[in-house]
Amino acid sequence: MMMDQYAETFREETLELLSELEVGLLELEQRPDDADAIDRVFRALHTVKGSAGMIGFEAISGFTHEVETVFELVRSGGLAVSGELVNLTLAARDMIKSIMEADFGGAAVDPQAAERITDALRALIPVADTACPAAGEQATAAAAAGDEVTYHIRFRPPANIFQRGIQPLGLLQELARLGRCRIIAETDAVPELDELDPELCYLYWDVILTTEHDEDRIRDVFIFVEDDCELKIVAINDDLLDAAGGELRLGDILIQHGDLTAEDLERVMRAQTRPMLGESLVRAGVVSGSQLDVALEVQAEVKRQQQKRQALDEASSIRVRSEKLDSLVDLVGELVTVQARLSQTAAGQDDPVLSEIAEEVERLTWDMRDHILNIRMLPIGTTFSRFQRLVRDLSRELGKEVQLVTAGAETELDKTVIERLGDPLVHLIRNAIDHGLEAPAVRAQAGKTRQGTIFLSATHSGANVILEVRDDGGGIDREAIRERARSQGLLSGDLESNDSELLNLIFSPGFSTVGEVSSVSGRGVGMDVVKRAIDSLRGSISVDSRAGEGTTFTVKLPLTLAIIDGLLVQVADEKFVLPLSAVEECIELSRADVARANRKNLIRVRGEIVPYLRLRERFGLDGALPEIEQVVVAEALGQRVGFAVDHVIGEHQTVIKALGLMYKDVTGLSGATILGDGSVALILDLPPLVREAELAERLLTDATRSQRHVVSSHS
Amino acid sequence: MAKKIMAVDDSATIRQVLKFTLQGAGFQVSEAEDGDDALAKLANDPPDMLITDLNMPRMDGIELIRQVRQQPWGKFIPILMLTTESQEAKKLEGKAAGASAWLVKPFKPEQLLAIINVVLL
Repeated sequence: MMMDQYAETFREETLELLSELEVGLLELEQRPDDADAIDRVFRALHTVKGSAGMIGFEAISGFTHEVETVFELVRSGGLAVSGELVNLTLAARDMIKSIMEADFGGAAVDPQAAERITDALRALIPVADTACPAAGEQATAAAAAGDEVTYHIRFRPPANIFQRGIQPLGLLQELARLGRCRIIAETDAVPELDELDPELCYLYWDVILTTEHDEDRIRDVFIFVEDDCELKIVAINDDLLDAAGGELRLGDILIQHGDLTAEDLERVMRAQTRPMLGESLVRAGVVSGSQLDVALEVQAEVKRQQQKRQALDEASSIRVRSEKLDSLVDLVGELVTVQARLSQTAAGQDDPVLSEIAEEVERLTWDMRDHILNIRMLPIGTTFSRFQRLVRDLSRELGKEVQLVTAGAETELDKTVIERLGDPLVHLIRNAIDHGLEAPAVRAQAGKTRQGTIFLSATHSGANVILEVRDDGGGIDREAIRERARSQGLLSGDLESNDSELLNLIFSPGFSTVGEVSSVSGRGVGMDVVKRAIDSLRGSISVDSRAGEGTTFTVKLPLTLAIIDGLLVQVADEKFVLPLSAVEECIELSRADVARANRKNLIRVRGEIVPYLRLRERFGLDGALPEIEQVVVAEALGQRVGFAVDHVIGEHQTVIKALGLMYKDVTGLSGATILGDGSVALILDLPPLVREAELAERLLTDATRSQRHVVSSHS
Repeated sequence: MAKKIMAVDDSATIRQVLKFTLQGAGFQVSEAEDGDDALAKLANDPPDMLITDLNMPRMDGIELIRQVRQQPWGKFIPILMLTTESQEAKKLEGKAAGASAWLVKPFKPEQLLAIINVVLL
């Protein structure tokens, strides 16, 4: 295919090069061993060939290649310049010109004339050199479509990789694009700080990649470092499984990776006292923690694949009412509590038999809990498909061209979370089509494709799911936000807020930057509604935007609502749980601090003033204030707020139990949980607590202000 | 801000192809026609990445790579060298001089962008 926009440049350039070639050849005729002239001829041929190949003048590049081959030999001293060679090359030069003129609409070229020249040129080459292998099409065994294979890849770049301008991150990212991928960085080669040379790379990586691409494609990623790096790619396939008798054992994986010797394994297994082999191996110092992580990940991935295959084999399922599941979850919650009591009792009894039973029960209970919570998980893909239609209809209505690309449809989330996620997602997508993407004409003018893209993805990240709604539109207009925020009094005139703070203003209640109201969005139902919905799912939302490139909304959600990762705190004799997702840090508050702040509920956190509220006062608890209180700084309603408590006990994962109907009007509590010793801890709902406190504060200041007003008017 | 890439090649056609492809992908492109020219232009305005041909008059690509790697700004930048299929030895030489990656001419624009995607973060 000819690329017309380059044709004219190419033609001019080639004509110039051809005359240079001619001059060079004539010089060579006079001084056959002039190295400069040889070089000049070679380079002219080389450049003509390269440019012609680049823009699709294949006849020229093919023909010139033959001539260049001969001159390469001349240049390397394998062939002397002869009168015949100069004659032939001059003829070739004219031929190149004719072929080019033919391409530009001149008279057609006799293909036999060209062949005669190349044949004669080839005849000049000594026999041994003609035996260059034909570049045959390499037959690659294409992996059966849709067949996924899991690979364990160990990539250890040369220490000087940075000095070649390559960043391992780029390679790893490319790898992650090939499929499902878990990357574990190995840090055991990193030296002490004073021996560390910041220009060297000490890290290496273990990657577990499940992909439908074959091994060659994976190797391709590393093509630029392959010769210098240590690269091991092992496919974890059926043969391996069969050899291991259907179940891949941890020890086998470690030996196969070369992280463990069979003797060490034998030795540790004989001395093993605890039920977990991996733990014993790490304790014995024969494998490192990260090596174990890799092996465990491989094992898990293999199990996943087996399960998937099994699921395909016997795609049988039964329908169960979700209430039944809910009650099962409740029961497991109780069971976890009882188990915790058992463990606590066992710990205090110094009875090895009892301890063993307690440990066993603990393991089974947690397994059971995981499995039951798993039953409630559904792939988010069902929701995604709903959006295709939405996008299609909306883009017609608004006269925009939009395609929706989704990824991670198989990501699983708790059923209730998925149900309550629909509306916020619809809102985000509407928003992206209406405000995010520009009209086709505007896009074309900015050098973009007329069709905009909305990218919707879901991925797992620890105990969370990350959802992303990204558009490639014009980005958020920061000036508009600033202006609007000023007019609404959200931003005082002199205060310069940083970029992310500024962007996050769009989540403030009643905020909208678009002047006119369209029928799709901008009806006063703003991003604050989305934020509130996400907050109620104990998630968080953030926004990032680049002018001209687009906007990304990132929603982080817990996998399930039935369990909460909380921070357990104590006030007097009561215990409370704060959602860990909102907690930022804990700091101490002494009486002196309180006195310094004029007894106002304000605390200084690294230069920033943060208001706090005392749970003791809010919940009316008696008892003496401790000498030093703890303030848990958390994010609520888009700001940092502290919660003063007596003690911070620690992290606590717990099953949430709903409060009874009787307490449905109580604000500030989202549920309760039963602790190991049988006592109850209340789970705090932070946003209502903060709202309540703000309201009280405002009433108070209003009251003082009006009082002052009264005083001043009297004087 | 758009990343800056300098394209060094003695062929105006190749430079034009590079420029068009890279600009289309949102990069800011500067050009030079050989190593000498490149070094003179680079001194005032170091790029985020360098793409260079190997066979050039005055200063060739290998020497250019070597020189750039000695500059403080050029120590870690990605350098892509353009080679032809007959230049295996040159490729090794370029790698030894500090080239990050290579691409065999003729190439398709997608191939070029795929490599940049990996080496230029």
